[in-house]
Amino acid sequence: MSKTFYNEILTDHNVNPTHKHSIEGANFSLEGVNPSCGDDIVLSLKVEDGIITDGGYEGDGCAISQASADMMLDLVIGKSKEEALRLSDIFLRMIKDEITEEEKEELEEAGVLEDVSHMPARVKCAVLGWHTMEEMLAE
Amino acid sequence: MKAAKISNFPVLDEQKIHYLDNAATTQKPGCVITAAANYYRQHNANPMRGLYALSIAATDAYEKARQSVADFVHAADSREIIFTRNATESLNLVASSYGSMALSEGDEIIVTIVEHHSNFLPWQQAAKRAGAKVVFFECEQDGTLSIETFRSLLNERTKIVAMTQLSNVFGRSYDVKAFAAAAHEAGAVFVCDGAQSVPHMPVDVQELDVDFLAFSGHKMYAPMGIGVLYGKAALLEEMPPFLYGGEMIEYVTREGATYAELPHKFEAGTVNVGGAVGLDEAIAFMHRIGWEKIIKSEDDLTVYAFEKMQQIPHIHIIGSSDPLEHHGILTFTIDGVHPHDVAAIFDSEDVAVRAGHHCAQPLHKHLGLFSTTRASLAFYNTKEDVDAFIDCLASIRGRMGYE
Ligand SMILES: Cc1ncc(COP(=O)(O)O)c(C=O)c1O
Repeated sequence: MSKTFYNEILTDHNVNPTHKHSIEGANFSLEGVNPSCGDDIVLSLKVEDGIITDGGYEGDGCAISQASADMMLDLVIGKSKEEALRLSDIFLRMIKDEITEEEKEELEEAGVLEDVSHMPARVKCAVLGWHTMEEMLAE
Repeated sequence: MKAAKISNFPVLDEQKIHYLDNAATTQKPGCVITAAANYYRQHNANPMRGLYALSIAATDAYEKARQSVADFVHAADSREIIFTRNATESLNLVASSYGSMALSEGDEIIVTIVEHHSNFLPWQQAAKRAGAKVVFFECEQDGTLSIETFRSLLNERTKIVAMTQLSNVFGRSYDVKAFAAAAHEAGAVFVCDGAQSVPHMPVDVQELDVDFLAFSGHKMYAPMGIGVLYGKAALLEEMPPFLYGGEMIEYVTREGATYAELPHKFEAGTVNVGGAVGLDEAIAFMHRIGWEKIIKSEDDLTVYAFEKMQQIPHIHIIGSSDPLEHHGILTFTIDGVHPHDVAAIFDSEDVAVRAGHHCAQPLHKHLGLFSTTRASLAFYNTKEDVDAFIDCLASIRGRMGYE
């Protein structure tokens, strides 16, 4: 693991999250739990005409789980459901094996979590928000 | 506390690591590794069965280890020492075997809230099987267990009391002699978890008058996969076997069997002689170092680490405010930083600590914590190890974007 894994982007999303709050009028909401770390988030999205117009999360957990959810919301708010699921697919592939440089660029800041793929114990933390969103939108 | 002292621990010598996870398992000295290897090089045969010299040598090595363990914990008789895989298996043996014999519907088992899951889940299951009830003996916020509270929980339905001698979270040791005496007055049997105490302080089962004592070799410099259950002979003799199979019988017929004498009744199947030989050598190693030195080194390092930790803001040590009541175990939280992030940052500086609930979820819940980080020392740690730990600890909040 690199000494700089907890870089500024990650810690800033953890300490000063943009989206850690409840969402008025959310029409999707689901709890995601990762028992090994005790990460526990409730993700809420407001989807109008197939577009994610707002989103937030509440809960507790390690910096990786919290920052990852925050970065995810940065990325998917304003996008269509299909686009969000496409990005989720890229993110999960990034954590599980490899993606192209172009794909990584699409993930914007969330790309900083690439190194988690070398830390098996933390993979679940990184994917918690994304998995929760996938499950929710798949319903 | 210099390098010379640790030079016979290959992992510590050869790896770049400040190993502060000794409560999980200790490193193994070269002499233990050699003893276990030499057993397989020179004496390996299936013990107990063979009527030839090599098998007899293996049996002798195994029984010599049993005697060493008996002497180590001051058991009256080596027949009272049962080899198991670890403390967990020892506790399961008692809960299953003694539990099935002693528990009936409506009976009570007192378990402290401090217990490791290994000394809780076997009782939870035994209670379920018998229709008995687990009664929790709660600790104070600093980990103390009050004898008055304990007395108030005891009654004629109490059949078993399960208690650790040293908490793997607080590092606090408990006066099990007093608790065992109170349990006996009430007619209950006292099961002591010695997984953390036996490696770090002299334990005398006769002096403490506990009925059972469980511990693991791997937390006291021995190989993994060898553990011990001490039990008073009178109780063990009454108890039904735990596992059935080879090596634990006298006669077997189509309809039934008579079981071997102690301790073999409880050691079904081929045993772990290599592990027992390693444990024998680990005990000899501890004697060579001496309790005085082991305890002094662990206490000095604990005080040194504790005082430095107290100077760092936003760090909260769980348990006593007296470092001498920690026995090398320093469990803590850092405001705003999740323990798994804490452990990952320590790892990046080659400091090995443990994060999580330390197999004590009911305790964490009782304390209002979800998880914590734990540094645990052994006598072979050095001031340099503690300094590396402290330097990293002091940097964590900054690295996580605070201030
Ligand atoms: C107090 C206590 N009891 C029991 C155990 C279980 O030991 P083992 O995993 O070796 O069976 C441990 C070790 O983690 C412990 O700290």
